[in-house]
Order: sequence, then C-alpha cells, then structure tokens
Amino acid sequence: MNCLWCDQAIMVDVSWFHFLNPSKPKRLCQACESQLIKISGHRCQKCSRSTTQSICYDCQRWDNDDPLIMNVSVYRYNERMQEMIAKWKYRGDYTLGYAFQHDFANGFQQFFSFIENDTQIVPIPLSTDRLLERGFNQAKQLADFLPLKQNQILERKLTEKQAKKTRRQRLAMKNPFNLLGRINKPVLLVDDIYTTGTTLRHAARILRANGCQKIYAYTLIRG
Amino acid sequence: MPNDIFPLPVEQAHHLAKRFFGKLLLRREIPLSDLNFHQLVSHRYFSPTPSIQKKTFRYICSRCNNQKRSLFGKLPCHVCQVMHTYCRKCIEMGRVIECEPLYHWTGPSPLYPSIPEPCSWNGQLADNQIEAAKRITSAIANQEEQLLIWGVCGAGKTEMLFPGLTKAIRLGKRICLATPRADVVRELLPRLQEAFAPVDIQGLYGGSKDREGTAQFIIATTHQLLRFEKAFDVMIIDEVDAFPYHKDASLPFATERAGKKVSTTIYLTATPRAEQKQAMHRNQLPFMFVPKRFHGHPLPVPKFKMCFSLRKSLATYHPPTALISWLHHRKHQYRQILIFVPTIKLAEKLGDYLQQLLFEQKIIQSRQQVQSVHADDKQREEKIASFRKKEIFMLLTTTILERGVTFPAIDVIVLDAGHDVFDEAALVQIAGRAGRSPQDPTGEVIFFHEGKTEAMVQAVSLIQRMNRRGAKQG
Ligand SMILES: [Zn+2]
Ligand SMILES: [Zn+2]
Repeated sequence: MNCLWCDQAIMVDVSWFHFLNPSKPKRLCQACESQLIKISGHRCQKCSRSTTQSICYDCQRWDNDDPLIMNVSVYRYNERMQEMIAKWKYRGDYTLGYAFQHDFANGFQQFFSFIENDTQIVPIPLSTDRLLERGFNQAKQLADFLPLKQNQILERKLTEKQAKKTRRQRLAMKNPFNLLGRINKPVLLVDDIYTTGTTLRHAARILRANGCQKIYAYTLIRG
Repeated sequence: MPNDIFPLPVEQAHHLAKRFFGKLLLRREIPLSDLNFHQLVSHRYFSPTPSIQKKTFRYICSRCNNQKRSLFGKLPCHVCQVMHTYCRKCIEMGRVIECEPLYHWTGPSPLYPSIPEPCSWNGQLADNQIEAAKRITSAIANQEEQLLIWGVCGAGKTEMLFPGLTKAIRLGKRICLATPRADVVRELLPRLQEAFAPVDIQGLYGGSKDREGTAQFIIATTHQLLRFEKAFDVMIIDEVDAFPYHKDASLPFATERAGKKVSTTIYLTATPRAEQKQAMHRNQLPFMFVPKRFHGHPLPVPKFKMCFSLRKSLATYHPPTALISWLHHRKHQYRQILIFVPTIKLAEKLGDYLQQLLFEQKIIQSRQQVQSVHADDKQREEKIASFRKKEIFMLLTTTILERGVTFPAIDVIVLDAGHDVFDEAALVQIAGRAGRSPQDPTGEVIFFHEGKTEAMVQAVSLIQRMNRRGAKQG
C-alpha cells in the first residue's frame, strides 16, 4: 500500500495488535497522517468549532428557529487539508477521499451513537455542471463511508459559485435547493466542509418545511 | 461553421493549426463550441487517442506516461455510471480519465514566419563562446539529432545559443527551450524577448500569464511539456542533469515527445551525470566542452572551513561563530551574501536569527535586508528580484537557488556542506554562483562543515580540473 498523498510505500505494522485489527488499512503514511489535525478538546456544541464557550459566538447569532440541531466535524482546516481538498474535490481525485474514510466512519460511531436507527443520510448535492466536470460528488463519497441508508432527495437549483461569496451574501441568498420528495424520518446531512453553516441550514430548512423533524449535520472539516 | 465550408479555407485552418498543433489536449482544454469541435473531429482536423491505455497487468497514462499502479485511481463516473480509471499523477493539469480521449491536431501544419533578421542583440560573444555557438548552429542547420554543450557555470550558455536560434528562426523552425525551474523561465523570458524582439516568444510555467503555448519560440518548464507532442523542430534542454529529471521519469518522456520526428535536441549542462558522461565517452552523444567562463577568469575554488559542533549549533538554529567572524573580516564587504542551508526550517529560523544579529551589529540598516527563501515560499519571486536589486543584503536559501539564477557580486556560503542534499553537482553549481560578472569576476565560496565528504572533495577537484583546462585553452 502506498500513501494516498505522498505515494511513499507504507510500512505494514505486523504486530499482533494490527493482526487483530485488520479492518483498518493504512491509507496515509505516518508523516502525512500527522499533518491532519482532528478537532479535540472543548468545542461548540452546535457547530464543532474549537472554543471554550459552550455555544460559540457565531452560533449564538442563529435565531431560536435554527433548523439544524447540531453539526459535528472531524478535522480542523489547515494548509495541508486545503491542499488535499483541492486535489480531491476540485481536481477530482476520488481515490484520495479514502484517506478520510477511517476517521470519518469512526467519528460517526463516536459522536452519533445516540442517533435513531432509521435516520437517513442526505448528502449535499453538487450542481449538474459541477458533477459533470468532476465526475463525482464528494459529499456522496463521504456518505458511502457511513452505515446508514442514503436518500439523495436534494437537488441544486443554480450554478453560481459559492466559493467567491462573502458570509453576508451567502446568508442573504435564496435557498439553492429543491426537494425531490418527502422524508419524515430523522436526517443526517453530510458534506465535506462546514464554513458558515449556511448551505447546511438551507438544506435543513427545506427539509423541515416539508415535515422533517430532526436534522443533524456531519462534516469532514470545520472551516 | 456551416458544414459545407469543409475543407476549411486556408486562413481559417492556419489559425486553428496555430492554436492546437503539436499538443495533446483534453476536450476541456479546447475552447471551441461542441458543434464546431464535432465538425472538426468528423473532418479529421482533430483526432482522438485513448487517454488511458490498458495493458495486461498495468495501465499507461497517454499524457504523462505514468505506469505506476498506486498512481491510478478509479471513480464511479457520474457520466457513464460505471467505475472508470484515471491518472492521479498528472491530475494537477486536469484529470485524464479513460472515458475522455485526448485529442491532437491532425489538420494542416501551421507555418511560422522565417524572419530574416530575428536577433536584436548587440553584444559580442567571447572567443571561447564563438566556437560552441558555431557548433550549435551547424547542428541546427544540418538537423543533427543531438548535441550536448558542457560548459562551466558562467560560460554564458544562453548567449552561445543566439547564433543557432537566429539560424533556426530564419529557417522558419519552431523552438522550445525547456528548463526544470520556473525561476529560470522567468529570468530567461525577458532576456530572450529583448534579444529576439521581432520573434513571438511565450513563457510557460505553472501560473504563467501565457497559457496557450502558440508562439514560434516557447520557453517552458519541463512539466509544461506534458501537453505537447511532436511540436518542435529544435529542443533546447537546459540543466539536463538537474534533479527533477531524475526524480520524475515523466519529464524526460515529455521532452522527448515534444520534439518532431526530425528535430534537433541541444542539451546544456555544467555538471553532466554519469550516464551522460558515459554516452559522451562512447561517442553516442556528440558534445562540446567549454571550460572557461565568458569573462575569461577562472571559477572560484571553494574553501573548506571546519567547525566543531556545527550541527549542534545549527540544531538550535544558531550560526557557527566562524561564520560571524568571517562576516566581520571578509575582504569585500560590499558584496551581497548568499547562504545555502540544507533545510527549509533552517533557512527560516537562521534567517530570523541573523536578521536580528546583523541589525544589532549594525551590518545592516534595516531588518528587511536579511531574508530567507525556499521552494514553498509564496514570496519567492519578489525576494529573488529584490536580492537582484540589492535591496536584500543576505539571502538564506535551500538548494532551489543552486542553478540558473545569476547575481553579479556575491560571496557564497554553504552551511553544513557535508549534508546529503549537497551532492557533487549541487556543490559545483553553488560555487558557480560566485564571480559571475566581468566587473567583479571573483568571489569567495566557503563550505562550512563538520567533516569533509567525498562530494565536497570531488566538487573542488572538478572545479580545479576545469580551471586547468580553461587555462590551457588560453
Ligand atoms: Zn459554534
Ligand atoms: Zn497522467
């Protein structure tokens, strides 16, 4: 096995511990793995940001009517993560996404142990243009790492570039999603990154307006 | 384009040929409407070629020639709804995936102007340059397959090319000068544009302004050549011994593919590798040796300075005391100082330390005059430019500045010259940074070390041999 990031051969650990835990194939070498920083310690209960407050300043600004119960993220955003995301998502290196599989699946067991068994995963969709360009949806790939039923019930309305907008502009934007059906089960929204939380809340709002009661979000990175 | 205009009128075909000839492109790299593009394909102006070749036990990427299993990926292709193989190696240039072919231009070849007086350079070649220049010119005129020019650092290899380039352009040939480093493209582009003012010249590197690569004369990083195929009549490969060629097999592959079937390749080097020396020795590679610098002065010979516990002090990011005392006592205080260190971290941390120290000791007037630079430095270009403008007095660098860049009056230091990153070729190149200008043709080169290595000894002996041969040539 070679490291998915630097392509160095990964030394296989043949200790009995590894032998008893064959389920964890190494995807990154030690050096590259150490560049990814997991969120640890105190975090905002609503959005997973590292903070000593129990609800961070940004989250206090959401009105009482927040459609999202909470977001959990696995990693912090840093330079290496930025490079990896660029290659994985923008360049379309699907295979690189497996570098996150283990931590993403583990994080789910750790943080969503309470979640109802009939919860459905809704990956945040890409626009058709983006999907044709990249060939896959990175949120869908992340969802595939989790042991819950998926329901691709959302669709993007427009193709404007999200990345270039300021927080204000994004907040003010109309809901970019269409709902293709109804869900009355709890929903776990899955996406690669939580930046301001606006996109996820747009998705949550339209789901709630159509009868969905409990909506959580699970993202790879807290931006 | 309406269908009945095919075959295309000459002018229109020529216009398209100029844009697309000699390249291997993804559909998304060809900015034409679907309708126009499909017409051009059906009339064979563009021809598709499989982008990923499937062999019995392996894949081959048709763009970068990657054949390493771990550098191919599979993805559930949304367009085709099946798993498709793609190349991970060259993905930064846009993903090559098996369901999308690569296209090359199979319409008429473009014509490049034969300019009667392309060279606007007024300088004079030195005697020792003239002979090499003649040899290059005849290789180009006679369409010889290859020629290696082995010239010491500072021999003036770029100027030696001028008569040959002039000849090539007069003959309407298309030329590519490839170098492993973007810094060198940035340095050469304005120089060559000035020397060949009537010629269309473009520079290609990651993030360059020019993107198209349609000019008659292209200066490119080797990496950019991955988009070319059978495009050039004359290929000039700068620094053929440089590290990236050896590290990445796709680069020699790309340079070879970029030349037309009948073409001339000129290799330039100051420090040929063993395999090149062997090829020269066996008469498999015609070559010409230029042992003298263009200004006629010998190469500066590095001095060794042994420092006990050098690595210990560098580990805590402190300079050896010998360096500080040299700083105060060196002969030519006006010269700028270029310091090579083995690691990025050391460049940064030691830079901070020296910045403070030199400021306190009033060797510099502002802290900005000491800087460090390395490959990942976002301000790398600015720093090199301001060192050249003498706004920076002391520059600490990793091996990225070992070649290609020229500063007129500097002293050169290597800290921990015994470190693995400094092989013989690197040390020769580093020493070659000093004494480049005819106004200040000497310069100190000092290797601070904690124990001589074979590389250090060999580097010095090579420099001395070159100087002896240069002196013999008179
Ligand atoms: Zn928060
Ligand atoms: Zn490739």
